[in-house]
Amino acid sequence: MDIRSSDARPVLEGPDIARVLTRIAHEIVERAKGADDVVLLGIPTRGVFLARRLAAKLEEITERAIPVGSLDITMYRDDLRMHPPRALARTEIPGDGIDGRLVVLVDDVLFSGRTIRAALDALNDIGRPRAVQLAVLVDRGHRELPIRADYVGKNLPTSLRETVKVQLAEEDGRDTVLLGAKPDQ
Amino acid sequence: MQRHLISAADLTRDDAVLILDTAEEMARVADRPIKKLPTLRGRTVVNLFFEDSTRTRISFEAAEKRLSADVINFTAKGSSVSKGESLKDTAQTLEAMGVDAVVIRHGASGAPYRLATSGWIDAAVINAGDGTHQHPTQALLDAFTMRRRLIGRDAGLGEDLSGKRITLVGDVLHSRVARSNVDLLHTLGAHVTLVAPPTLVPVGVESWPCEVSYDLDAVLPKSDAVMMLRVQRERMNAAFFPTEREYSRRYGLDGDRMARMPEHAIVMHPGPMVRGMEITAEVADSPRCTVVEQVANGVSIRMAVLYLLLGGNEPAVSHARANASEEK
Repeated sequence: MDIRSSDARPVLEGPDIARVLTRIAHEIVERAKGADDVVLLGIPTRGVFLARRLAAKLEEITERAIPVGSLDITMYRDDLRMHPPRALARTEIPGDGIDGRLVVLVDDVLFSGRTIRAALDALNDIGRPRAVQLAVLVDRGHRELPIRADYVGKNLPTSLRETVKVQLAEEDGRDTVLLGAKPDQ
Repeated sequence: MQRHLISAADLTRDDAVLILDTAEEMARVADRPIKKLPTLRGRTVVNLFFEDSTRTRISFEAAEKRLSADVINFTAKGSSVSKGESLKDTAQTLEAMGVDAVVIRHGASGAPYRLATSGWIDAAVINAGDGTHQHPTQALLDAFTMRRRLIGRDAGLGEDLSGKRITLVGDVLHSRVARSNVDLLHTLGAHVTLVAPPTLVPVGVESWPCEVSYDLDAVLPKSDAVMMLRVQRERMNAAFFPTEREYSRRYGLDGDRMARMPEHAIVMHPGPMVRGMEITAEVADSPRCTVVEQVANGVSIRMAVLYLLLGGNEPAVSHARANASEEK
């Protein structure tokens, strides 16, 4: 979804994002008591970059390699029939699989919750994790399903007339979260 | 991409690459313990086979079931077609049942086109082979196999086959596989050479985007992939070559000939193989021969085509690729 750049205002900048990810990494270690069996799965596109950054931070904290992968949920979306089919992104499950592990799903924005519902379905087909948790950079509210994030970078109360755009250096050349008005339909 | 897949010639380069890339992701599903996706849940696909085919029908059926579509198999034998029902009547019956897609194999060239354009039926039509005309999913799976083997599984994503030299050998005249492959490989930027006895080269081949040669040995050292075609005796109504032995001597692929191919070159065959005539057992069983891979790749390609034609509210068109909304 595009955003009118003129009235978009940054709510998180590069250093904030780095700080937020560091905090989430510490929270994961604390809740998982050492992150022994943690597997991070990012949801394409930007969730994957966030998952990789989180994994790097977790490795710094625990001095252990943290398996990280990606989970494409396109084929599991409930709105497939409302749009033309999208090109598929990559699903990459770490070699040891997810059975019996603590899977932390990572995404940039939590909104209706439908993406996460689809991700839970996709996980079902891939294995049986011990538990599934959710980490998001921004929670903008407006949930349509009973889904809640375990780790939130920033709670961002928004109106439905607004749009949240996350830009990450890997894809967009810079780190920022923009809040702007939805382009006229 | 259009609503139907009738001919490999209808595909643009971008559409073809999108199908190949999508198939690469579909292939990963085959590696999972649960080889199933909910994508086409509630959609009905009919496999309408007027001509015998086990390989293609099973391949389509596997693809449809992996995408959770409801599958109806229809074979002309034992159906009302043998009582004299026309294609139109069959189509209207299917339309009344509310099918979403028809996969059609027919002995008459053009039957899928007729079905798609006549207005008898609203469903998407996928050509699974019509007469001596086209077999687009076969061409796609062949291109997919070539891209995987010659460029690489991950390295090939987004790539076409530019600069690759592909040789098709044998019964070009009766081969829909050859026609589809020439069209698609040309679109993908490959350089195609047909090698066949002069009697098995179709009239009008000069207008095809490929070269024609009668000398297999001269072409082999310059080929990245050599595809042997089946000699379609059931379609032959005259003697096209003196004896099987002579055909085999001039156009068959044996170990000696395979040794003249470049180190990296692969041998392909759409199957079913006539061992000893088109291809020796030594070649067919060598690791350079991709026949079994082609079968596995066929399921991935057909899943990709079904997803791209039926997965959304309209077929995947080129402009819709990047700007689909990012609702969370």
